[in-house]
Amino acid sequence: MTDRNRFFDLGKKGVTRRSALKGIAAGAGLMAAPGFVRYSQAQSSAPIKIGFQAHRTGIGAAYGRWYEKTTNAAVKLINDAGGINGRPVEIIVEDDGTDPKRGAEVVGKFASQHKTDIVYGTLFSHVVVGSAPTAGELKIPYYVVSEGYHVASGKLNRWVFQPGITDVRAQVTSVAPWIAANLGKKVTMIYPDYAFGYDHRDYFTPAIKAKGGEVVAQIPIPPTESSFTKYLPQIPSDTEVLYHVMVGPGVLTFVKELGEFYGSSKPQLFGFIDSLEAVDINSPGLEFLDGSHFWEGSPRYAQENDSEAQKAYRAAVGIDDNGASTSDSKDVSTAAHMFGCWETLYVIKKAMEDSGYKGPGDRAKLVEATEALKEFKEGPEHPQGDKIFNGKIHQVFGHQNISKVEGGKLKVVHRTSIEDGMYEPEADYTTQPL
Amino acid sequence: MTEGSTARIYGLHIAVVAVLVALNFVLPEYHHAVLARVLVLAVFAMGYNLLFGYAGLLSLGHAMFFAAGLYGAGLPLYHLGWGIAAAFASGMAAGFVVSAVVGLLALRTTGVAFMIVTMMFAQVFYLVTLYFGEWTRGDEGLVLPQQARRIVFGGTALDLTDPTTRYLLAVSLFAAALFATLAVVRSRHGRVLVAIRENEERTRMLGYDTFANKLAAVVTSGVICAAAGAAYALLFGYVGATFASVQYSILPLLWVLLGGAATTLGPLIGTLFMYYAVDIASGYTSAYMLVVGVMLILLVLFFRRGVLGTVRERWARWLP
Repeated sequence: MTDRNRFFDLGKKGVTRRSALKGIAAGAGLMAAPGFVRYSQAQSSAPIKIGFQAHRTGIGAAYGRWYEKTTNAAVKLINDAGGINGRPVEIIVEDDGTDPKRGAEVVGKFASQHKTDIVYGTLFSHVVVGSAPTAGELKIPYYVVSEGYHVASGKLNRWVFQPGITDVRAQVTSVAPWIAANLGKKVTMIYPDYAFGYDHRDYFTPAIKAKGGEVVAQIPIPPTESSFTKYLPQIPSDTEVLYHVMVGPGVLTFVKELGEFYGSSKPQLFGFIDSLEAVDINSPGLEFLDGSHFWEGSPRYAQENDSEAQKAYRAAVGIDDNGASTSDSKDVSTAAHMFGCWETLYVIKKAMEDSGYKGPGDRAKLVEATEALKEFKEGPEHPQGDKIFNGKIHQVFGHQNISKVEGGKLKVVHRTSIEDGMYEPEADYTTQPL
Repeated sequence: MTEGSTARIYGLHIAVVAVLVALNFVLPEYHHAVLARVLVLAVFAMGYNLLFGYAGLLSLGHAMFFAAGLYGAGLPLYHLGWGIAAAFASGMAAGFVVSAVVGLLALRTTGVAFMIVTMMFAQVFYLVTLYFGEWTRGDEGLVLPQQARRIVFGGTALDLTDPTTRYLLAVSLFAAALFATLAVVRSRHGRVLVAIRENEERTRMLGYDTFANKLAAVVTSGVICAAAGAAYALLFGYVGATFASVQYSILPLLWVLLGGAATTLGPLIGTLFMYYAVDIASGYTSAYMLVVGVMLILLVLFFRRGVLGTVRERWARWLP
């Protein structure tokens, strides 16, 4: 007993075993208290934490998996090159189940439990729209990679940005002139009967009209539909171009039934690759698509004139010349969209550097620094191409690719200019208080 | 029922509400926000419980009542610029109308047919929200602007996006729904509902109008669920078709089964348990729904009457 008492008798100041134990417990408690440790390190080498709102499960899972791979590849490069403002980047992933309610909860979790600096990476529009109010209320910058028109529409709030991928309005506006000039002027649109489809309908129709074309029929397909045969007779016989955008597993059935409906004499087909992301273009039943055209954000297949930056990007993410995983050729990527994750992360890096971002106290400065960005040069940070950023509507504008299905591959036949997709902004987020 | 048990019942319920109010001051930020959301969803579960637990009517269409409140409140606020109180009232009114119409038609059936008919009505409602995409923005949904989510009394404004205000409003709604449920289940009407659940033929033979009682239960349940939906829209600022999908008809059933059907406090326990089960399990595996599923199976095997149902059966028979 005496020995043990002496052990705690530090400097004869009457430190009892009980008070020493209390001290140890308190010290351990402080070390374990996450906020304390992080704060004390925040100014030095503590990582910049990016909350990645990922679609690991639910309808977006195929996209989510590739978004995660792209994110990890970009973060590795950023960290290898010294991180952001001298600090490493740490990605914290939470699955939102591709559900807007869970999405909002996850944003709250990032902000108040993980205490991430920002939230990033969401694809599906309804999750973005569902999560945006929470991001705005908690005043945490929210960088999405969604291609929806929601951000640019001005309906969200000052904390939401889309700086790495173009929106659907710009996409359809920029492909319309090429369709009118090369495929035909009488267009029938087939699209899913919900918001994403409406954006196509509402912005493609005037865009083709401006080029002397017309939409002769609009055929919305309810999302619960699993067979399309009853809709196909609604396609007018004078249709020159069938514009199709379908989302979800119904696309294989859709193409097969379209083939059975038309046989060998078909109109020109123009589609959005969204429906065939992560799907092998050579899957049985898709033969009917041979010779048809698709919009692609970034080309799935390696092209002859690929830049060095594009090649390096593909190697870093781990996709082969066919756009499939280098470790499994059957694992087809979501190449047309996932480049947006890579580019968004570099935009975040740039904005954090411009604002001298140090921690959550600088979030408002980060928002202003992002809004101040004007353009991004093509290169390793922006392998898809150069871009123009509009800080008022928080939306980026860029080139679009139109690819033709030839010999089981997608070959880029036209690349639009950035100006082709520009439109008059309808909002100005910078007038909202921070 | 003795006076002693009445005092004990009210004491327990008041204590639960008091604890919830007290938690406002001690909970860390994240759990504070979570609990606000859980309380609103627990009201949804309480509405469901009234019909399923007490009246024994298994509906697979309650998402439509929640969504009726959600859209009933959200659309006029978004498109017509209505105030919070008017929007909330309109959400409840929408729930009343939808539940009265669905009740009148669906109650012509019983058992499995009732399940299927309610599910079909809910599916119709879901498709209607998509069909009117011009106004609802369908699946993508609408954000209710932050500046519109405030109640102005004279010179002061109550900001619904403030965490404390939101939490206390959620507790108020929860308390109102809790005592309303308690009052219903302890009333003559509530006992008739239990009698219908146990043996509808016998109840009818005793001279009760079972159709009228069941219809009243559907409407009360629908209005409570709509109140939850309206509050969800106004407090959290998002209105979307996902909430009308079949998943949100199944969830309240799970919450109620977990917490204990036909117990007034069971829905809160079930909703809270399910939230944290998903939240914690998803931190470890993307197969978190499997984990939740296994937990549900274990619960069904060992706590057949849900958490509070089992507590009542074994230890506290006085629980309402």
